[in-house]
Amino acid sequence: MTAVGIGAGRARGVLRRLGHELARNPTLTVGAVVLAIVVVVAIFAPLLAPDPTDAGNATHPLSVLQAPSSAHPFGTDELGRDLLTRVMYGGRTSLQIVVEVLAIAAAIGIPLGLIAGYFGGAVDQVIMRVTDIFLAFPALLLSLAIASVFTPSVGHMILAIAVTWWPWYTRLVRGEAASVVRRPYVESSRTLGVSHARIVARHVLPNAATPVLVQISMDAGGVLLVSAAISFLGLGAQDPTPEWGLMVSQGASYFSTQWWYATFPGIAILITAMAFNLIGDGLRERLDPKRVLSR
Amino acid sequence: MTRFVLKRLGLGVLVVLGVVVLTFLIARVIPGDPAVTYAGPHATPAAIAHARQVLHLDKPVIVQLLDYIKGVVEGNWGTSYRTKQPVLSNIGTALPASIELVVAGMLIAVLIGLPLGVLSARFASRAPDLGVRVVAVVGVSMPVFWLALIMQRVFSGSLHWLPAAGQYNANLYYTHPLTSYTNIPVLDALLTGNWAVLGSALSHLVLPALVVAAYPAGLIARMVRASLLDTLAESHVRMVRSLGFGERALFTRFALRPALNPVVQVVALVFAYSLANTFLVEAVFDWAGLGSYAANSLQALDTPAVMGVTLVVAVTYVVLNLIVDIVQALIDPRIRIQ
Amino acid sequence: MTLEVRNLRVSFGQRTVVAIDALDLGDGEILGLVGESGSGKSITSLSIIGLARSLGATVSGSIKLDGRELTTLGEREWRELRGDRIAMIFQAPISSLNPVMRVGDVFVRALRLHGASRAQARDRARRAMEEVVLSPQLLARYPHQLSGGQAQRVAIAMAVALRARVLLADEPTSALDVTVQAEILSLIGRMRLEEGISVLFVSHDLAVVAGLCDRVAIMRAGQIVESGATAATLRAPATEYGRELIAAVPRLGDAHA
Repeated sequence: MTAVGIGAGRARGVLRRLGHELARNPTLTVGAVVLAIVVVVAIFAPLLAPDPTDAGNATHPLSVLQAPSSAHPFGTDELGRDLLTRVMYGGRTSLQIVVEVLAIAAAIGIPLGLIAGYFGGAVDQVIMRVTDIFLAFPALLLSLAIASVFTPSVGHMILAIAVTWWPWYTRLVRGEAASVVRRPYVESSRTLGVSHARIVARHVLPNAATPVLVQISMDAGGVLLVSAAISFLGLGAQDPTPEWGLMVSQGASYFSTQWWYATFPGIAILITAMAFNLIGDGLRERLDPKRVLSR
Repeated sequence: MTRFVLKRLGLGVLVVLGVVVLTFLIARVIPGDPAVTYAGPHATPAAIAHARQVLHLDKPVIVQLLDYIKGVVEGNWGTSYRTKQPVLSNIGTALPASIELVVAGMLIAVLIGLPLGVLSARFASRAPDLGVRVVAVVGVSMPVFWLALIMQRVFSGSLHWLPAAGQYNANLYYTHPLTSYTNIPVLDALLTGNWAVLGSALSHLVLPALVVAAYPAGLIARMVRASLLDTLAESHVRMVRSLGFGERALFTRFALRPALNPVVQVVALVFAYSLANTFLVEAVFDWAGLGSYAANSLQALDTPAVMGVTLVVAVTYVVLNLIVDIVQALIDPRIRIQ
Repeated sequence: MTLEVRNLRVSFGQRTVVAIDALDLGDGEILGLVGESGSGKSITSLSIIGLARSLGATVSGSIKLDGRELTTLGEREWRELRGDRIAMIFQAPISSLNPVMRVGDVFVRALRLHGASRAQARDRARRAMEEVVLSPQLLARYPHQLSGGQAQRVAIAMAVALRARVLLADEPTSALDVTVQAEILSLIGRMRLEEGISVLFVSHDLAVVAGLCDRVAIMRAGQIVESGATAATLRAPATEYGRELIAAVPRLGDAHA
């Protein structure tokens, strides 16, 4: 058996398993494939985009607001910049936002939830009341309010949204931690002198991992829509940063005559959000303990 | 039942109080001296000092907070720096417009989402199910501001079926002036028999309400489907089948009613979420609601106004949750015991 | 013969879970269907009332009720039959009742479904409750407000009110306390005597079956391995499996054996 032969055999095995996954969980697969395309386009934008300089400050006064053509498949904006390029680069901005927001939110929310659920008592009450207050607001409104305090920029927007988002994770993890803590084997571990840290690491975290993962996948779409909305209102990304929500608002004033400007970024948001949501759905189907047990 | 309500009410008040404190603290972070904003761009130092006194900014922070809370309870929510009018009356004019939009949107969402969800569950894994599921995913992934633009362009700009902006035709201010009781054009027109305004208000409501309805409709359809499928697997459904009831009876009563429980909970949450989306829709459709008021206030660094809006949103959310809890307890008698 | 089952084959995909060549239930007879978990006894009873397909099973063979072939019936005919001719009661009686509806509500609707007027339905429900020794006032309650025993009695009352010929009882006492169990068993026995209902009693509990059933059929891996009069079969089982099953039942004083 040559090395090539073995490689080909493995590749075939992987493909077969992929085909199996597709049949078993079409939602997850479709979502993952679409997201993979978005990610690849975003990462390789500098190589794939027709006019990478148009992602920034370039101006081309001669090609202002041109309709879609073979030279500019998505048309151009009021500065003459190629919109296909800007939409591709917009993917980088959006993915960066989603990843950073969720990372910060999880970094704040999960430890707080662990502490609240594990130790209970007054600490729990205080943390949960604070959580309730934050959860008393729709995410968009609170993020807007916080973002409005700072000079608009992508970085500030990320912070604003992250600060709004962490309570969900706290509540989720707290529930898991609280239920695990009550179990007899945890109590006996404590009497044997096992440290809090070890118990959390060995018993609480593995149990909490699945719901948190599912929650993250379901949140990604929401974060994308909120960030696009904030940028649309002018409190997030600023020109020349290519961001889909910002581009829709920029295109809004030209919309009645130059339809392409606001349309394509909007489609990009829709497709990416759909991909995130499908992945979230698919993961929930697959990892939800209720379903797993009923198999 | 009353103990249940009182307990929930108590918790709600606590949350609102917390929100007030939180917003107060956030407002302190907003850059810019409120006295300067209030006094205006060409104010003399004396005028600014006077403004500082009027706004009680010379007192310690804790006293300011307590004064504010006292004021809120009494009905004095401060004066808007921008409009120079009481914040509460500003909100009184702006809020009903948003409520009109959100309620219309939610009604449409339930009227569309519920039957679609039932249809989807009834024909699970077959064509209607797939169709509904795709539409629902589009609904919950749709950027609201973009949908608003598209709908406006297509139905108003191109097809000229529906008006593009505003709550009703401005010409009617003169020809058929509307007396405001509730500040909700549709309601006021209905109450005063002002049919011209009623027709105009309804036609202006259609597009924005449809846009607001997109997300909740998708969500409701998905939730109803999931909940129904879960309920169908339960043993009481087997018993009802063994008594001779068919699919229609199941999907209209025996399986549907228990399945609605989790859906009701979601509807309230979505109501609050939709309030946020209405702000975006208001921007596109030039709707004089709370969203526009909030946007203008934020831009003008109008602290009392921003705090007023925040308070209203928080109270709305708490009240909504309370209503949901009560409705749930009514639908599902098991909850009352808790 | 009230119920005649021949060549019943029930499968889920490739897996055959029931393969019964012959099973008979006579007029006013109580037949016990015993076996371990997974022997296919529950699926058998579900097939007889035509609900196996809704679980995704494929059913073939012949099931005759009073000479009428059931397996060829359309869904509408099945719905007329269910409740009216064949009734079923389940394990975990409280979970088997609709949690958000008052018990009497479902009761009356079921009666009206099969042709009674509202007044007639209320009347028959009330009388059926008295037959099973329950206060008709309990009809105003929700299932979670009843005890397990009460809920099972309500289920039996429904079968009585609907005047079913055959009662399929799928482990009706397994989730109940021993004393309550005895009451339900005696109630079923009384229903047989007073109403002439034939009963297919599915259970994994030999002791319960021994007290109530006229005949018993032992199931294993989807097949009936042995059947006959209860006393005879349980005292001297003809098959190896039968002997194992009987021997496995703990008896008072066994510890010294």
